Amino acid sequence: MNDGTPPAGTGWFDGVDPEDVEAAADAITDGNAESPRDWPALAVESGFAESEEAYYDALHEATLHAARREVREREGADDRQLVHAVRAMDDVERVANELAERVAEWGGTRDADAGTGVEYARTLADREADDPAGAALRGLAERVADLDEESQSLRAYVERTAPEVAPNLSMLAGPVLAARLVALAGGLKPLARKPSGTVQVLGAEDALFAHLRGRAPSPKHGVIYVHEYVSGIDPAERGSAARALAGKLSIAARVDHYSGDLRPELQAELDERIERIRARTRDGDGESGGDGGTGQ
Amino acid sequence: MTPAPDLPEGVVRHTFDGRERLATRGEPVYGEPTDGDLRLWDAGRSKLGAMLTTGMDTGLVGGETVLYLGAASGTTVSHVADFAGPTYAVEFAARPVRDLLPVAEARPNLVPLLKDARAPETYAHVVEPVDVVVQDVATRGQARVAEINRQFLRDDGRLLAVVKARSEDVTATPEDVFDAFLDDLTGYEVLETARLDPHHEDHLAVVARPARSE
Repeated sequence: MNDGTPPAGTGWFDGVDPEDVEAAADAITDGNAESPRDWPALAVESGFAESEEAYYDALHEATLHAARREVREREGADDRQLVHAVRAMDDVERVANELAERVAEWGGTRDADAGTGVEYARTLADREADDPAGAALRGLAERVADLDEESQSLRAYVERTAPEVAPNLSMLAGPVLAARLVALAGGLKPLARKPSGTVQVLGAEDALFAHLRGRAPSPKHGVIYVHEYVSGIDPAERGSAARALAGKLSIAARVDHYSGDLRPELQAELDERIERIRARTRDGDGESGGDGGTGQ
Repeated sequence: MTPAPDLPEGVVRHTFDGRERLATRGEPVYGEPTDGDLRLWDAGRSKLGAMLTTGMDTGLVGGETVLYLGAASGTTVSHVADFAGPTYAVEFAARPVRDLLPVAEARPNLVPLLKDARAPETYAHVVEPVDVVVQDVATRGQARVAEINRQFLRDDGRLLAVVKARSEDVTATPEDVFDAFLDDLTGYEVLETARLDPHHEDHLAVVARPARSE
């Protein structure tokens, strides 16, 4: 027993609460034994099941649950693809913007009406070059346009894949934010295992560590800031909204990882929760709010 | 010539489209032809179905406890669960198990296990001693799989193995592969062998029982 394995002759049901399917599935997945034994009889003897029939029912349920979960986990290796895609999308977008800035700066020395950003690079890429410097600038602008296209196709992949990998998380957060959360956590499983307080500040690690060193207030939100339920809320209530959103997102991640069925009620619960938070600021001062129709 | 052995209880001969074929009673799985609650057991899709069709004496009577190694997406194992008792279906690859799940959901006696038949210690805490081991694994070392899973077989039980020549060694002739398999099957006494052509090319079906200790 030096390697932590259960003693020989231990069935999957040993020490498992018959009501706890999750624990039973864990025992099916992770357990082992040196040799088979008459498990149905032993399970009845040990009091795990009332009869062999009841034992087989429990066995069927536990193995189905374990197999479903593990198929999801192994096949959900798709979450690895999603993580890479969203990271690549962010990288490509960042590089496109940096190079677009370079193009704008260079273009400004040659053209009084030079614009800025990726859009300006796109117009330059389509323009005839009339000297060697112009040709070099145009070449760079073409790269920016290509990168911009690349980031759009990566975004399309993310938007298509995230709802397959994490249906509930994508429903609540939108596919791109869902993918970012999965990427920041390092996968769907690690995300599902994080407490919601951690989900709330994913992406705000710098601010969090500054806070932990006693140099800053605790961050109220990480990447979930981009969600309209956080950014679109009165700053005084932003912390509550971020906490509410993070709570539902971590439940969604757990459902996505462990069972995978879509739970539309999560969205309804979140909407209701956020509406109550919004109502608080409206009660505080009648000026804010402004989403017509729901005023009281 | 000895008469063909009886089919296991729960397996019947039934005429589909003018031809007499095997059938079991159960939920359809992959869109196979059905007639009432009878579903065609296609010998061309199932090696065990081919063994019964060719008249091998599998010793199956119906209602027995089965360990099925290499259950894949559950085509054959669904028929086994239709006539057998508790049926433990071991499959290593996640993708086919996804298809096996609905098959198992519809059959309370079918126990799906996403496990490696080469590592029996990972399911010995779940699988009880059985009357029949059906082995249909497409992996190298098929004889070794049979040997290490013999511990699950009751003394009077049967191993029904199908050896796929191409899975063992694509460069050797099927005959050499089959001879090597039978040579390596030291823990068993081989009762019958048969080639499964034309249903399955280069497959050898083997009926064996655990060797007596002395």
